[in-house]
Amino acid sequence: MAIPTDPILFDLDEAAALESAEAAGLSRGRLVLRRFLRRRLSVAGLAVLVFLFVLAFLGPYLSKWDYRSHDFNAFLEPPSWSHWFGTSQIGEDVYAQTLRGLQKSLIIGLLAALFSTGLAAVVGASAGYYGGWVERVLMWVVDLLLVLPGFLILAILSPTFRGRTWLLFVILLAGFSWMITARVVRGLSISLREREFVQAARFMGVPSWQIILRHLLPNMSSLLIIDATINVGGAILAETGLSYFGFGVQPPDVSLGTLIADGTRSALTFPWLFLFAGGLLITAVLAVSVVGDGLRDAFDPNAASPRGRL
Amino acid sequence: MARFLLRRLLNYAVLVALATTLGYFLAGTTLHPRSNYEGRNPPLSAASINRQLDDLNLNDHTPIAKRFGRWLGGVVHGDFGKTVTGDSVTAEMGRRIGVSLRLLVIGSFLGGLLGVGVGVLGAVRQYHFSDHASAVLSFVILSTPVFLVAVLLKLAALNLNQLTGVQLLDYTGEYTPGLSGGGAHLVLDRVRHLILPTLSIVLGQIAFYSRYQRNAMLDVLGSDFLRTAQAKGLRRNHALIKHGLRTALIPMATFFAYNFGLLVTGATFTEKIFGWHGMGEWFVDSVTTNDVNAVVTVTLFVAVLVLIAGMLSDLAYAALDPRVRIR
Repeated sequence: MAIPTDPILFDLDEAAALESAEAAGLSRGRLVLRRFLRRRLSVAGLAVLVFLFVLAFLGPYLSKWDYRSHDFNAFLEPPSWSHWFGTSQIGEDVYAQTLRGLQKSLIIGLLAALFSTGLAAVVGASAGYYGGWVERVLMWVVDLLLVLPGFLILAILSPTFRGRTWLLFVILLAGFSWMITARVVRGLSISLREREFVQAARFMGVPSWQIILRHLLPNMSSLLIIDATINVGGAILAETGLSYFGFGVQPPDVSLGTLIADGTRSALTFPWLFLFAGGLLITAVLAVSVVGDGLRDAFDPNAASPRGRL
Repeated sequence: MARFLLRRLLNYAVLVALATTLGYFLAGTTLHPRSNYEGRNPPLSAASINRQLDDLNLNDHTPIAKRFGRWLGGVVHGDFGKTVTGDSVTAEMGRRIGVSLRLLVIGSFLGGLLGVGVGVLGAVRQYHFSDHASAVLSFVILSTPVFLVAVLLKLAALNLNQLTGVQLLDYTGEYTPGLSGGGAHLVLDRVRHLILPTLSIVLGQIAFYSRYQRNAMLDVLGSDFLRTAQAKGLRRNHALIKHGLRTALIPMATFFAYNFGLLVTGATFTEKIFGWHGMGEWFVDSVTTNDVNAVVTVTLFVAVLVLIAGMLSDLAYAALDPRVRIR
């Protein structure tokens, strides 16, 4: 393995830790994995997250009810043996609906986070690497998008994805949540740009886009992995928030947001309509943020996370 | 210093103008006021629909740039156009703006103050029970969307009211309509309505600021200048507040600007759920009724708020960090 060039890994303690790990025959990946496994809370968070995914994708097969079917013999019934989470006003099985919603919310959160971190990486690295007017224009776009909360723009744009695929929603969601990361990536790129290996590549005639993809971005992979993880939580919150108002996932499909919106109208008398969806939502976001925290510690034990450790 | 602030203000003003333009073009092309008139019984003639839409400056047959020019011409004179029902947007905004500002100002002020307090306590009493408890609580709150917090607060209030047998807390509207009685009675009524909505946004704010503040404070606690301050005879608490907290507050000024957009979004949910007729509720309703002028006006309002938050954060930065003032 080459000299660690990861700017996050830049302090001496970490370099020394890496050296001794290499001497013991451990790669950087193994070292990070070991550190992550040492944090019990983060491992628990990961376990919960895996469980939620399994539940969301396999759970529906355990019940005989489909999220679209209606049981005309059971309206607004509390949880029972035949309907584990109860039924809704029109006889829908809340268990089937909740799991379907969980599925949608998890997938949307995951994809949106990946897209948004990818976009942030490309934009930030280009701005930092090219400098000059490219940087000025890109950072200006970032500033402009930061003035307008993404929530407002997405709400305004919601008619465009009504009746279309939810993937469009994912792309728009990602399109308005990458700005702050892009700023951080730009900062890192500016300092990386001056490093010897980047200079060497440049003088050997490697095209700029290849330098960005092959030399800049891999060297901030730890930041990008952590950011993508944390973004999953943010994206789930954004998706459920928009869906709550009907600006996100459209019926007949459901997400945790639409379920909670439907359930809260009668939350005071029929709490089972939204409590399960709400509980799963909080659990999912909490698990993601605990995992993100653990990853940050594993990649860089010496840096304090901005939110502090749990 | 004045030049620095002036330059920032100019920069922000350009951004607000651009953001509003962007908002108008997006709303003008994606929302379809025409659909409000179609499918009526008896059906309206195309000419009559066009006439009504023209009157509201919402006709999608007119080029969007022309519509925008007409709207902008009005805005310069303080007229934000008409809603889809033909009322004045300006008058409606006048009714709603105070409701939102009350929520936002109290929310950001209380949230910032309490969040910083909790964060400092957590840092000073690191690894004590209170530190762990506030860490767990804020992680849970940060993982809970505002609309869920609001609904859970409503549930809790209902149970509390049932338990005590008195209507202690109210959770619909900002006051009881048609309430008679003296001034103090009315004020008390407003306060009772204010508690839960404020709580629903303040909790998230406290959680957010306390985490960052705790970290910033921990960084400062081990620093040399704090030890020097105590070595020259300052009492620990005095040194902590005068030298420690002041330095640790600097990063908070930046977070304040970033966080304000989130606060506005959160307040939208709060207004909608607690039935407050503020700007956020108006925005959500306007998107559903294809009310372009109202949507853009709220967008402008939010952009201006974010601008003010940004300026305040610049000012706080300058007040806390002398290096900025010299530049």
